[in-house]
Amino acid sequence: MSQSHSDHPEFLQHHFSDAEQQRESAKLGMWLFLLTEILLFGGLFVFYAIYRSWYPEMFINAHTVLDVTMGTTNTIVLITSSITMALAIRSIQLGRLKQTVWYLVSTFGLAGTFMVVKYFEYAHKFHLGQLPGHFYTFTGIEGTNPHVFFSAYFLMTGLHGIHVFVGMCLILWLIVKTKQGKFSPQYYTHIEMTGLYWHLVDLIWIFLFPLFYLVG
Amino acid sequence: MNKMPETHYLNCKKGIKSWLTTVDHKRIGILYLLSIMFFFFVGGMFAVLLRLELLTPDKLYIDSDMYNQFFTLHGAIMIFLFIIPAIPAILGNFILPIMIGAKDVAFPRLNLASWYIYMVGALFAVFSLVAGGVDTGWTFYTPYSTTTSTSVISITLGAFILGFSSICTGLNFIVTVHKLRSPGMTWFKMPLFVWGMYATALIQVLAAPVLGITLLLLIIERVVGIGIFDPAMGGDPVLYQHFFWFYSHPAVYIMILPGMAIISEMITAHSHKKIFGYKAIAYSSLGIAFASFIVWGHHMFTSGQSELAAMIFSFLTFFVAIPSGIKVFNWVATLYKGSIAFTTPMLYTLAFLFLFSIGGLTGIFLGALSVDIHLHDTYFIVAHFHYVMVGGTVIAFLGGLHHWWPKMWGRMYNETLAKISCGLIFVGFNMTFFTQFIMGAQGMPRRYHLYDEAFRPFHAFSTYGSWVMAVGFCLMAYYLIRSLYNGKPAGNNPWGALTHEWQITSPPPEHNFETIPITDHGPYDYDKVVAKSTLTEN
Amino acid sequence: MDTTGTFWMPPGNSTIASEVDGLFYFILYASIIIFTIVIGLTTYFSIKYRRRADAVAHKTDGLDHNLKLEIFWTAVPLILVMIVFVWGFKTYMKISVIPKDAYEIKVTGQKWFWSFDYPEGGNSVNEIVVPVNKPIKLLMDSKDVIHSFFVPEFRVKMDVLPNRYSITWFEATKVGDYTLYCAEFCGKGHSEMIGKVRVVTEEEFEKWSEDLAFSGEGMTLEDFGAKLYVSKACITCHKIDGSNSTGPPWNNLFGKEEKLSDGTSIIVDENYIRESILNPMKKITAGYQPVMPTFQGILKDKQIDALIAYIKSLQEDKSFIKDESLQEDESLKNE
Repeated sequence: MSQSHSDHPEFLQHHFSDAEQQRESAKLGMWLFLLTEILLFGGLFVFYAIYRSWYPEMFINAHTVLDVTMGTTNTIVLITSSITMALAIRSIQLGRLKQTVWYLVSTFGLAGTFMVVKYFEYAHKFHLGQLPGHFYTFTGIEGTNPHVFFSAYFLMTGLHGIHVFVGMCLILWLIVKTKQGKFSPQYYTHIEMTGLYWHLVDLIWIFLFPLFYLVG
Repeated sequence: MNKMPETHYLNCKKGIKSWLTTVDHKRIGILYLLSIMFFFFVGGMFAVLLRLELLTPDKLYIDSDMYNQFFTLHGAIMIFLFIIPAIPAILGNFILPIMIGAKDVAFPRLNLASWYIYMVGALFAVFSLVAGGVDTGWTFYTPYSTTTSTSVISITLGAFILGFSSICTGLNFIVTVHKLRSPGMTWFKMPLFVWGMYATALIQVLAAPVLGITLLLLIIERVVGIGIFDPAMGGDPVLYQHFFWFYSHPAVYIMILPGMAIISEMITAHSHKKIFGYKAIAYSSLGIAFASFIVWGHHMFTSGQSELAAMIFSFLTFFVAIPSGIKVFNWVATLYKGSIAFTTPMLYTLAFLFLFSIGGLTGIFLGALSVDIHLHDTYFIVAHFHYVMVGGTVIAFLGGLHHWWPKMWGRMYNETLAKISCGLIFVGFNMTFFTQFIMGAQGMPRRYHLYDEAFRPFHAFSTYGSWVMAVGFCLMAYYLIRSLYNGKPAGNNPWGALTHEWQITSPPPEHNFETIPITDHGPYDYDKVVAKSTLTEN
Repeated sequence: MDTTGTFWMPPGNSTIASEVDGLFYFILYASIIIFTIVIGLTTYFSIKYRRRADAVAHKTDGLDHNLKLEIFWTAVPLILVMIVFVWGFKTYMKISVIPKDAYEIKVTGQKWFWSFDYPEGGNSVNEIVVPVNKPIKLLMDSKDVIHSFFVPEFRVKMDVLPNRYSITWFEATKVGDYTLYCAEFCGKGHSEMIGKVRVVTEEEFEKWSEDLAFSGEGMTLEDFGAKLYVSKACITCHKIDGSNSTGPPWNNLFGKEEKLSDGTSIIVDENYIRESILNPMKKITAGYQPVMPTFQGILKDKQIDALIAYIKSLQEDKSFIKDESLQEDESLKNE
């Protein structure tokens, strides 16, 4: 959107009549975008539901190879990051720039932790051959077509991981911009929007976690 | 004589760079116009080549593989690169903000980004064309699409990317309509074109992500073989059809709703008559948008779905027919006691009523379960959707192009040539496709390269029709391009219409309005306000 | 095409055809009436209320709604489509519910031919023979992609899927030959995936069933091969006039040195032909797609021998065939 500036009319684009209209528009746009994201994941959730109803026992057998401790850790990490993100927005509303930066950095750090844990989980599965489709070589799971479980697992957590990565890039960019003093209590749309996005990413994980790690 | 304004959006900035970096919704509309018309031409070429091959029952000049690629590319290009974006991205972009009295869409940069995304998607589609073609049909049905050796990945990736372009446009329109209406522009004072665009945008935003994920699954299936749609690995090819039609049936309404939206504008502007049943038309657009999401199964009556599912989908399908019918009756009633001028846009409007009625009524045959079993996958289907998509959407689009052309460029085209071209397209279209209804009912399956001698006269006549249509389109290209150089200046309001876009100069100034206009009368209050045509007053 | 067909519909020669056609014509006539009203009024208004050349711009009538009229044109179409829905659904249920006493035939679709297995153990390719006035149940599946079984005269169509059985049925009411189309796009040979439905009398059907077991007795191997060339659908992909189709042409094929897609080459002999029939993906002739299905289980040894003999007979230059005794050896082996 527009180049921001701490002085008020600078950030206002020519086609909006006031800052309120601009902010409201951005907000509505963001909610619509989040809706498309939900629908994008929705397709995968439907895919998961159909296959789980076709192969219920296999899903239960297959989920045992996932590490619940790692999954729980990641869940806690993401929920905490959502809190720090919300606190960042609160701080900018109050005009505390330093605090905002600090909260954004912690959010970034937590997101990074999530990715590192995910990396170890993935690496372990690659090693054992618990992979989707033709690449599935693991033999320890009973039931029909266990590779489908891992297709769903890698597709859904993978797409989610990409979203976490995009979120990290956005937060990094916010940190730089906040340090440069581009945001103020009058204008912090970007932080607010990224916050909404981050909560959605978090929310999707809240669904993924029980569907894969706690099936039984 | 009318004079062209001294500065306007076309000449306020100069150079290629000013075009490629523009965030002006009007210039983006023109960028879309050029790129989309290019692909319309390419898709049209494939259509003419296909019809030529079908002139004879045996091979004429291309083999079956080539034929399959031609019909796939014709379908994929026409659907994804032309008809889905055509009206929203060209006319919607150009007209919608002006109509509601806004200076631009809500997110101008996102708007430009959507054009670049479109071009990237188009690039992938073109790449698949040169990298060996695609032969799956535009529906990419599995398992054929996961096993064929042609370049399915790049074209599906193209369609996937185009989906995002369409989401960007849709999202932009929704926010624009909600937040950027000028003072006095209440929801029910919005022109019906805006209502139609709004309903379309809702479908785009809700359905395109599902297509996105479906095509992504298809691509992943091809690349790493995850087996979702592969029966050998515990998958199900029919699942793909469900996913695909969950998007693609609403997509049909992404294509037709904008066409209906244009008709509401043209029929009032050229008969100087208040629209009949404004609210019925506005609500039926939303009704269609909603209902379009729950009828996808009617594409799969022969795929072995349960009888209960078939019954439900058939039942719901008939409920989509009702709002479309209501719209047609409202348009006809609008003509009553009007002052009807036979301008080119009006001729297109009448052609639309004729062709869309046939397209809509033949849909009833296909919604009826037992009849559909016979007609499914025959030329009857081909004819039906061409009557709706071409007879409906494309005719409306062409009408809209002629309606707003003087606004876009400030100049009129040659009306005599335009009417001849409209006539040729109308006659050629009926020749081409009406025969296909008969062939289809007689049992001619679609996507056949070689066919039974008995169908020869139908196919031949259909091919002759395609030539008549092609001549009509060539003529149109000639007089439209010519009008840019020596067209007579059109003045602000060549049709004497009441909506906002006709009250500003043609072409419009860079920021549309000096001051944001105040809407004090409805868009079609021809019973209260008289606007003189700038063409006839001199 | 049979003369009993109408302008719109082909002849209806199954028990459900008349019901389907009845609904078709109901919708057709209702549509014509609605269309005439819509276009008639449009034309009438367009002429009556046309703008005169000398007219000054003026205000027009402000009529913008009429509740009674609007209810009328919503309710009437609604009633009509509900009739169509119920009618369509009733016939559809008849198409879906298979009569208990139906004679079951297994249908297999694959690129690009149909094969049929009869309960008595016989097998036929691209020609399904059924008795008249008897319900026939079709249990169908596909070996590769989706196909669709379509016989216009019977108003029957059902997709043939690779991962599950689909079932449909028909009861032919008139003896004759009907075209069987594949209605779901399946690739290069889609428009040539055409079979024949031969509806015969009960007696003829019994005789035909016996003939199914026929293995060329009283025929030369060459002639039997020529017969199989057509009946087992080799003709769809292999021409004998030298023209290229999906597969290489058969004339002058025997003894020829063929380049393979892996760069090597091979002399076409009996063993290569046999291997190509049973395991077609192993050695692909350069310039052709690897699309031929296997005929393992469809062709018996004797039939393969017959096809080889037939291919040999398509040789203009007979010098490749070593000597006459070889052919005799072949037939001896088969006895």
